[in-house]
Amino acid sequence: MEKRKALSDSPDWTFELLEQYQAEIARIAQHYRLDTYTNQIEVITAEQMMDAYASVGMPIGYNHWTFGKKFIKTEQTYKRGQMGLAYEIVINSDPCISYLMEENSMTMQALVMAHACYGHNSFFKGNYLFKSWTDASSIIDYLLFAKKYIADCEHKHGIDEVEACLDACHALMNNGVDRYKRPQKISLEQELERQTAREEYLQSQVNTLWRTLPNTTDNKKRAPNAFPSEPQENLLYFIEKNAPLLKPWQREIVRIVRKVSQYFYPQKQTQVMNEGWACFWHYTILNHMYDEGLVTDQFMLEFLHNHTNVVAQPEYNSPYYSGINPYALGFNMFIDIRRICEHPTEEDKQWFPEIAGSNWLDTLHFAMENFKDESFISQFLSPKLIRDFKLFHIHDDVKENFVEIAAIHNEQGYKLVRETLANQYNLSNLEPNIQVIKANVSGDRSLTLKYTPHKNVSLADSKNEVLKHLYYLWQFEVKLVQENEAGNDEIIAQCPLKKESETKEKASNT
Amino acid sequence: MTNFIDRRLNSKNKSTVNRQRFIRRYKSQIKKSVEGAINKRGVTDVDNGENITITKKDLSEPIFHQGSGGIKDRVHPGNDQFTTGDRIKRPPEQQGQGSGQGEASDSGEGDDDFVFSISKDEYLNLLFEDLALPNLEQNQLDKMVDYKVVRSGYCAEGVPANIDIVKSLQGSIARRIAMTSSKRKELKALEKQLAIIEQDKHEHVKERKALSTAIKTLKDKISKVPFIDTFDLKFRNYAKQAVPTSKAVMFCLMDVSGSMDQATKDIAKRFYVLLYLFLTRTYKTIDVVYIRHHTQAKEVDEQEFFYSQETGGTIASSALELMIKIIHQRYDAKQWNIYGAQASDGDNWADDSPHCGQLLQKEIMPLSRYFAYIEITQRAHQTLWQQYSQIAAANNHFAMQHIKTVEDIYPVFRELFKKSSEQAA
Repeated sequence: MEKRKALSDSPDWTFELLEQYQAEIARIAQHYRLDTYTNQIEVITAEQMMDAYASVGMPIGYNHWTFGKKFIKTEQTYKRGQMGLAYEIVINSDPCISYLMEENSMTMQALVMAHACYGHNSFFKGNYLFKSWTDASSIIDYLLFAKKYIADCEHKHGIDEVEACLDACHALMNNGVDRYKRPQKISLEQELERQTAREEYLQSQVNTLWRTLPNTTDNKKRAPNAFPSEPQENLLYFIEKNAPLLKPWQREIVRIVRKVSQYFYPQKQTQVMNEGWACFWHYTILNHMYDEGLVTDQFMLEFLHNHTNVVAQPEYNSPYYSGINPYALGFNMFIDIRRICEHPTEEDKQWFPEIAGSNWLDTLHFAMENFKDESFISQFLSPKLIRDFKLFHIHDDVKENFVEIAAIHNEQGYKLVRETLANQYNLSNLEPNIQVIKANVSGDRSLTLKYTPHKNVSLADSKNEVLKHLYYLWQFEVKLVQENEAGNDEIIAQCPLKKESETKEKASNT
Repeated sequence: MTNFIDRRLNSKNKSTVNRQRFIRRYKSQIKKSVEGAINKRGVTDVDNGENITITKKDLSEPIFHQGSGGIKDRVHPGNDQFTTGDRIKRPPEQQGQGSGQGEASDSGEGDDDFVFSISKDEYLNLLFEDLALPNLEQNQLDKMVDYKVVRSGYCAEGVPANIDIVKSLQGSIARRIAMTSSKRKELKALEKQLAIIEQDKHEHVKERKALSTAIKTLKDKISKVPFIDTFDLKFRNYAKQAVPTSKAVMFCLMDVSGSMDQATKDIAKRFYVLLYLFLTRTYKTIDVVYIRHHTQAKEVDEQEFFYSQETGGTIASSALELMIKIIHQRYDAKQWNIYGAQASDGDNWADDSPHCGQLLQKEIMPLSRYFAYIEITQRAHQTLWQQYSQIAAANNHFAMQHIKTVEDIYPVFRELFKKSSEQAA
């Protein structure tokens, strides 16, 4: 590779220097076929970074005390030096907004640009979950609308009312996403087109002869319709559409929170992949620059120092251990996939016959585009990586007075370790499965939810508090049931509590 | 295609609104914390905000999440000793367990407190919410003693130094336009006629001469209108405006005789702190005068006031006399708002108490804006209290309260300064 004149590695960055680095990084990213949204790189100060933190990644957030709390928390820990701020924040939007912090050195800015503006950005654009669930081009507009709408509501209905409604929605935010339903791919126009086509077809099938048949009186015989006809997992959606007494503006707020929650859902599902992908690319791109002679040894040392910190994985008995570091796992998996493609061992050929020896760039792009954490790990975690990480599997059954090592990094254990680790990232195992099973719309209007435990894990005590919030939205009795060993549904939480509910009903009758 | 945007100059306080929302929501808890914090401060230490502590439990936002029990399968890195099938005794409850099981830790248990700072202003606002300085309004109006010179428009007379050139020249232009407009119109008409005549092929000697003379006369007349006239002159006008003075002096009077122990002095100190903080909200500059007394009174600094020990009997009037003397020497009642706060354990030489009453009634009360007396004692009231009770009955800007323990201070302070219903109306 021809050597080129090195870019300045002075610690202080300037906008000219940023442009030069950016241009080189963009060129190399192109070389590796990273397809990105237009980048919008914003330089901000540490204070502004804290603001960005507080709004949990929404560039424009509506006003609510919980963001104030987050801000105060961040400010507090940052000022005491307990925590450094992240070097960057990147937003899944088109153009893709990334924040660079003013305090970063030139090396860090280059790292961040490669990481966020090309790594994360291409992930947002390429991964199937983001493609099907989020609309990068309209999110900023939507958030702007939401902020304005909520501000207007506060103006009209008072801050307290709106705050109570938002509190209730936030409590149910995690239960406000469609997990299984696929979004409609077709646009509104296509939908209308189809609708007219359907209508025309029906019209052509009209046979007036049928009208002469007498009306059947079967309706009464049929059992009263269960509602909803199938259990509903998206509680916020159900409330938005069916809560009996909500005012229109409250429904709109429920919708806003639901939309925001849905927007962030893919990020939750692809943490390991997303960070791994971004780390892989900042590592690869900056090394490529070094090979071309564009950056100096000094630059590389600083970069590697930071990079190593980011992808470090403390062991289970280290005081710094707090679970598996998604950066470390993701980065090493992508590096490993490249290794399997370029230098496969016998073991790799056995485990990954379809990718061993293939074009690594194609394979990597394929992996990025078509998986989420759970499926990515169960597909691509290699025995070598399990050995490198020395992964072991602990089986913890509360009924026993011991915990058991179910598998370790050996021939017999690879598959089980891989499967367990993959399940560890399966959100449907982590988040409690709660569905609306019955809304008694023609009777007392009570709402019944059902908790289906995963491996007998009970629901935490916060359920009572959450039910109060749900009650605020539904405004009639809310019950949470769980199937007991005998197979009957047993009430595990209720709001309002029985006695109160009776008096309430009387009061509402009068 | 990449755009760089420098946002560093954008406002950095994007979160201010949310922060205020947070404070608004937790006002009651924050207030409690503020009231507790007041006991730890120095008298004039008002430049700092305050750390607020709220228990985490109050702050938690509940969500559905998985709790305990059931079967949990986890993968951890760094195996150094285990083989398949190893059984490890479960660590006793509340230990271990937590690591690696992130979702279980959020339940808001434990007394992990949420601590944060509020600014000085926020602190003072919370501390003195719905408190008012008694009698402030009625007194302020008839005792407005400071004057400020303010601009108040223009006038036609004044000293040359106050001439406003722009206004004067505007006047001059206006006057000239007004005085010459009809003549200019005439002049224009004549000049037009002249031009027509000149273009005519015939010569109109006579007419031309007549026109030229007329034009010349008009021009002369116009030029005779003076460029500037005394009539045009405008002078800047100033007026004296009475403003309430923003200076206040606070007299801290304390008995340091042998009967006052350190605990009692601490209680007194807290009362002074509150008063000082409260005054800073109303006045820009505040002087604090510390007078301590046993049988004799002495003006001292803060350190000595609170922490040096003296023994001896008690003659409270000595402090009042010194206060009067200092007022006459340094704090003219016309320019200063005078506040007095006296703390004592109630002990006084019995014969001195009537004298104290008289000094207060005749000398101090007419001069001062407010005088508060607190008695810190566990025992029964003595002569001083009885004397002061009479004064309290006669003056509504005199207040007295009895404090028994530290906890009483803030309620008593609120009692003294609460917005009375009349004032609110």
